Amino acid sequence: MTTMDVTLSDGPDVAPREGRVRSALGRIARRMGGREAATGMLILGILILVALFAPWLAPHDPEAIEPGRVLAAPDLAHPFGSDTLGRDVFSRVLFAYRVSLVVSVGSVLAALLIGIPLGLLAGYRGGWVDTVLMRPLDLLLALPAMLLAVSLIAILGPGAVVALIAIAIIYLPILARVIRGSVLVVRTEAYVEGAKARGVGGLGIMRRHVLPNSLGPAIVQASILMGFALQIEAALSFLGLGTQPPTPSLGVMLAEGRDVLAQAWWVEVFPGLAIVLAVLAFILIGDGLRARFDPRRLAE
Amino acid sequence: MSPRMWFIVRRLLMTIPILVAMSIFVFLMIRLVPGDPVTTMLGFRATPENVATIRAELGLDQPLIQQYLDWISGILRGDFGQDYISGAPLSELLAQRLPVTLELTVLAMVFAVLIGVPLGVMAAIRPGWLRRGTGVFVIGAVSIPDFWLGIMLVLLFTATLHLLPPSGYVPIAEDPIGNLRYMILPVLTLGIAEAAYILRTTRGAMEETLSAPFITFHRAKGVPHRTIVFRHALRNASLPIITVIGIQFGVLLGGAIVVESLFALPGVGRLIVTAVNQRNYLVVQGGVLLIATLFIFVNLVTDVLYVWLNPRLEGSGQG
Repeated sequence: MTTMDVTLSDGPDVAPREGRVRSALGRIARRMGGREAATGMLILGILILVALFAPWLAPHDPEAIEPGRVLAAPDLAHPFGSDTLGRDVFSRVLFAYRVSLVVSVGSVLAALLIGIPLGLLAGYRGGWVDTVLMRPLDLLLALPAMLLAVSLIAILGPGAVVALIAIAIIYLPILARVIRGSVLVVRTEAYVEGAKARGVGGLGIMRRHVLPNSLGPAIVQASILMGFALQIEAALSFLGLGTQPPTPSLGVMLAEGRDVLAQAWWVEVFPGLAIVLAVLAFILIGDGLRARFDPRRLAE
Repeated sequence: MSPRMWFIVRRLLMTIPILVAMSIFVFLMIRLVPGDPVTTMLGFRATPENVATIRAELGLDQPLIQQYLDWISGILRGDFGQDYISGAPLSELLAQRLPVTLELTVLAMVFAVLIGVPLGVMAAIRPGWLRRGTGVFVIGAVSIPDFWLGIMLVLLFTATLHLLPPSGYVPIAEDPIGNLRYMILPVLTLGIAEAAYILRTTRGAMEETLSAPFITFHRAKGVPHRTIVFRHALRNASLPIITVIGIQFGVLLGGAIVVESLFALPGVGRLIVTAVNQRNYLVVQGGVLLIATLFIFVNLVTDVLYVWLNPRLEGSGQG
């Protein structure tokens, strides 16, 4: 699930075909990386609204147990059917997006918060600063991501917050490396040399000139990593190591329905599709943005 | 020493501090657990005598450095300690489980290469619908979480078509056909996303090679298309493909944790998950150490292979 280079398409063919999209979305899309990214942002925007307004949008109480509706098939009032305890799967999916999105976005933001200063400093200063900051981080890459997550959970105990921290630790070296890589390119640019010649201090150059021009590739990577973080959180919860019941979580729902798969496909199909939709949104955004912030273009 | 040999020696030496750092992390795992790990681990068996015995056996009353040296010298002699819940020696437990994990990951990689490389080559030489199709496959395969893909495969092949068993395992030595029947769904589950990565890498590498000047030269000489694609382009594109196979093999080892649990395969991954849930820290420690060592070793082999096969590094100053 985690590799250093996780972008997917390899061509920037994402310019919107309709040249005269007048809507705000169209303008954002063109500025931010085309139709692909716009589609991803639209899906993600809807999912965030769904998570925020779940109490108002959900037709039923996600935790209400209805003995009469155990494994009831989907109908108009319960579009995704009911689970092993008769709870409404649709309402549970809406609520489950809360944990999924908080953990996936939160873990990557936490990794960025620490990784940006580290990568910036390591790349800009170089030398022993680079070695001291980056070598310990590289050691984190010496374990497979999932194994590292499971090990951290073995120490800290299961739970959504621990999953968030574990995923942030997995992504920290990846994001710090990406930032460092683009800083190495940006710091040789003429405008940085110019600022140095004008007598701007190191911190000022890093903040005003190097950082803003080095963020692009990290943003692309961060977006895709959020998608993978969502998958990891679901997998951990599926194994009983992430979010704990009764909090609605997509991974827990899939674990609970595993044994009744043959009788009630809806208990497994809909929460899974919910994961795919969210991951797809993050990946489309990252892939679309990549056309704009291509690190190779930065190097030219 | 040639620059190539020099790189390989340096890479081998670099592996030592990585292994040491990883072993310290794994060693500290059990000591970092909040509260008393022995009491937590023993659960209802945690009588004062039991706790005292095991604390003494683990050497928890000694200085940390001494504990580490005792532990690591045991590991180097093949003594991983004892599983206090089942009573079995850990080395025996791990030796039983490792072949299952290796079979799963190797078969998944073979499947991924058999699907990913040909499709990647075809997508590179025939742009158009095939290229767009593989693009959709890549995004789809990467977006779908492996464990859910596995559940959907069970829904299709077991619950609906009744073709394959839903989960379980028989050793390959006992019943090779039965073993394969149990392995098909886990291998597909783990292998499909890998196939997508390999496809994407193959496609990219082939496209780059096919636009290189030496290919144009061969074309101008009238070398047949087939020879150009397979003898010249694919050989040159094989370097990034091998690198990705190496990197992704480690990812498969991580993925095996989830897939083994899903299909009840008695591998190291499932052992670790069960042990984490039971707070059986010693077993977690042994399993993590084994998989992490394997991962570091695979990365080492990949890097060495990369340098060994890369003609550009021959005679260059930096290696």
